[in-house]
Amino acid sequence: MTELYLIAHIAGRGVAIATTQVDSVVDIGEIVAVPCAEAAVRGLTALRSRVVTVIDTGVALGVEPMPAASTRAVITRVEGHYYAILVDSLEDVADFEPQPLSSGLALDRGWQEAGTGIVDRDGEPVLILDLAALVPSLAIAA
Amino acid sequence: MDDLLQEFVAETRETLEALSGEIVAWEADPTDRARLDAIFRFVHTVKGSCGFLDLPRLAKLSHAAEDVLSDVRDGTRVPDTALVNAVLAIVDRIGEIVEAIDAGAALDHSSEDLLIAALAEDAAPTTAQGLQVTTQQRATSRTIRLNVDLLDRMMSGMSDMVLARNELARRLRDEALDPRIEASLERLSVTVAEMRDTVTRTRMQKIEALFSPLPRMVRDTAAEVGKTVALTIDGAEVELDREMIEMLRDPLVHIVRNSIDHGIESAYERRAAGKREAGRLTVSARQSGNQILIEIADDGRGIDVERIAAKALQAGLRSERELAGMTLAAKTDLIFEPGLSSRDTVTNVSGRGVGMDVVRSNIEQIGGRVQLANAPGQGLSLTIQVPLTLSIISTIVVGVDGQQFALPRQSVEEIVTLRGDAVRIDTVGDAAIATVRGERLPLVMLGRVLRLPHQAVGPLAIVGTRDGKFALGVDAVLDTEELVVKPAAPAVMSTGIYAGQTLPDSGRPMLLLDGSGIAAAAGLTFKHALALNEEEAAVAAEPGTPALLFDDLDGSRRAIVLAVVDRVETAAADAIRVSGGRTRLATGGLLVPLHHVRPLPSGQDVAVLRLTDGETEIGYAIAEPLAIVALPHEIVPAHGAGPLIGVVMIDDEPVELVDPLGLFDGEATPAARAPLCLLHGDAQGWMASFLRPALEVAGYRCVSTLAAGEQPAVALAMDDADPVAGVPVVTLRRRRDRHGEGDTSIYRYDRAALIAALADRLAAGSRR
Repeated sequence: MTELYLIAHIAGRGVAIATTQVDSVVDIGEIVAVPCAEAAVRGLTALRSRVVTVIDTGVALGVEPMPAASTRAVITRVEGHYYAILVDSLEDVADFEPQPLSSGLALDRGWQEAGTGIVDRDGEPVLILDLAALVPSLAIAA
Repeated sequence: MDDLLQEFVAETRETLEALSGEIVAWEADPTDRARLDAIFRFVHTVKGSCGFLDLPRLAKLSHAAEDVLSDVRDGTRVPDTALVNAVLAIVDRIGEIVEAIDAGAALDHSSEDLLIAALAEDAAPTTAQGLQVTTQQRATSRTIRLNVDLLDRMMSGMSDMVLARNELARRLRDEALDPRIEASLERLSVTVAEMRDTVTRTRMQKIEALFSPLPRMVRDTAAEVGKTVALTIDGAEVELDREMIEMLRDPLVHIVRNSIDHGIESAYERRAAGKREAGRLTVSARQSGNQILIEIADDGRGIDVERIAAKALQAGLRSERELAGMTLAAKTDLIFEPGLSSRDTVTNVSGRGVGMDVVRSNIEQIGGRVQLANAPGQGLSLTIQVPLTLSIISTIVVGVDGQQFALPRQSVEEIVTLRGDAVRIDTVGDAAIATVRGERLPLVMLGRVLRLPHQAVGPLAIVGTRDGKFALGVDAVLDTEELVVKPAAPAVMSTGIYAGQTLPDSGRPMLLLDGSGIAAAAGLTFKHALALNEEEAAVAAEPGTPALLFDDLDGSRRAIVLAVVDRVETAAADAIRVSGGRTRLATGGLLVPLHHVRPLPSGQDVAVLRLTDGETEIGYAIAEPLAIVALPHEIVPAHGAGPLIGVVMIDDEPVELVDPLGLFDGEATPAARAPLCLLHGDAQGWMASFLRPALEVAGYRCVSTLAAGEQPAVALAMDDADPVAGVPVVTLRRRRDRHGEGDTSIYRYDRAALIAALADRLAAGSRR
């Protein structure tokens, strides 16, 4: 059974995001910092009269922080709160068949938490990213 | 009362609708216990409400039905068809009467006795059916009952709408605006604002709903404790968020009960105090800005602050020292401590385990505060201050390092600037203290807590938290704003310093700071809300009695009050002689008695403490002097031999405190001339550790307990101690301020005044 995935680039790698997790895709505006919050929280931004928490995806995945100028983001909703997940770039939306992670595939850092499977994109395997896993939760943060 | 009636009508109608299914089911199966219980509950509730609302007809009907149903429940009657029909006829009639009440129409009641008669065991089975149901006179209802959840959703939708409008206005402002669009926007703004008011009002209820049960409750409670209380209610028309009203119900009931039980005296006591026999209790509400103030005032005995303090001490909630450093207000606030009852005996009325601590935490939960105004002997006034609604918060916007943060206005007591003499900042160790009009507060730099680049100290916001106050240094105070605050994401909330997020008109998200969280992040610990106040300052000025710490000849570590140490010197071995049965030290042509706990090592120089009480000199041979330390206040009395006052902890080590009096006592000759001063009621040893050195220097001998036959020339007593008979007494008070004009007591740290007063009393005593 195929599902709709949004193909994006994060930290120079292609990832597939289930469209059910995607609220919208935007270019965010000014970010207001949240002092003392963990590094993955880049700040807050206003989006259509709503306050959205901006997640530095690079930090959340344990790789390089995203460039300071990144504005492109995928908006997702986790437990009633809206988050802007920063991405390098977005490609297209297409139907793919999700496959389990190949056995023996050693993902490290945040990728391991967030990667839930792979899709085959014209012969190129692309990791399925669970956006909710990128959001620092109260339990982890506390 | 009308509101109550309306509520009753709505509630009964609603239950009836729900019950109709049960009735039918019961009719089908009269043995169904669950159905029976449901119907029983219904008539029981109606009966209860009727008694309260004075509806005798309904009361009579429901009472009759309840009796029968109760018999059925007990098994003394079998529910046959006749009985079921009769009960159902009554339930129907209740419905009709309720509709009639709502419509304001009269309803013929001739048939009601028949209905009741039909319940009898031997009633003719046809009676019930023979009754004609009167035509329904149902009024068109103008009210509906709504789920509060729905109202909440409406409210939050409204907030979003306001924010959306703000955003639109902001976007349009950036562009050259077509006047027609501007006019539309203006209209939208007005509509949205009106809408917001209306929606807010849907959640509002007159505070009457909270006050209306009070007269009955006051009457009952007063009767229970055998007092007469006149209740005055004021401001019942003030409107408040209905959720707030629910949250305030329990605290209010508790406070009122407390007032009647603890505050208002018995008629006899009141007469004796020259008050009217009937106690007066005033409950009033008023709106002040977007705050509602509810005041509960009585003219009773007020709070006996010293007794509360004594209780706190007894219960181990506070130490003597902490209490000594507390202001009157701080002590009064002790009634909010968990585990402290202001009364010795628990009565039926209050003291059911729900204390004032619960009252306060309930009120604080909804963003409110409780304040006390205590006038001992005159009464107590308690003010509850709550915000009008839960979702819109009045804030003060502050700036730090170019970023803006909101502080709930509720928690900010005042804003002070460093200009002028009223505010001073000192550094104590690596902590900063702001002194605002004589009050010392810990200073927290917001920038430092938020780990933002450090800025110069700008204005200070005095932030009150539940545990204590502190001064918050910010770069600028920018604005006050009413904000719709929503919870922020967990990752943000987990920092512990934010209370929520908001989107002000500027379009830049803003974080709402949490006062207590900041205090915690800055590492402030308000030790039992120990207010750093003036008296604390006085204590700081006398940081315990200084004492000399030394190693004694027997290897024990001991200390002696520094005031009696004249100097420390090394005595040559040949200056120490044993003559007349005791050891003496020859020095400067004098022979001074030398005290030593062990035989002196012969042929060696020895360190000697030269002690003096102003007249007599003695020596005390030691192994080695160590350091000058401040004596802690807790002195464990010594048991056993030797001139020891007791044991104190210094640097976590027990140290024996040498009693200079005991040393001098042996050298009675000159000391006997010194007048004897009784430190009366000094069970805690405060006077002995604080005053004795000063008194001894001033030429007094001090004792805490009189030996047989001793007659003190003068006595010192704390103001709360038992009176001393037959001796001139100087009374000490714990507070700096006098209790009144006639107060002749001396503030206990006022050494000069104390010495003068002692001399004065002594002189007066000897003239007698």
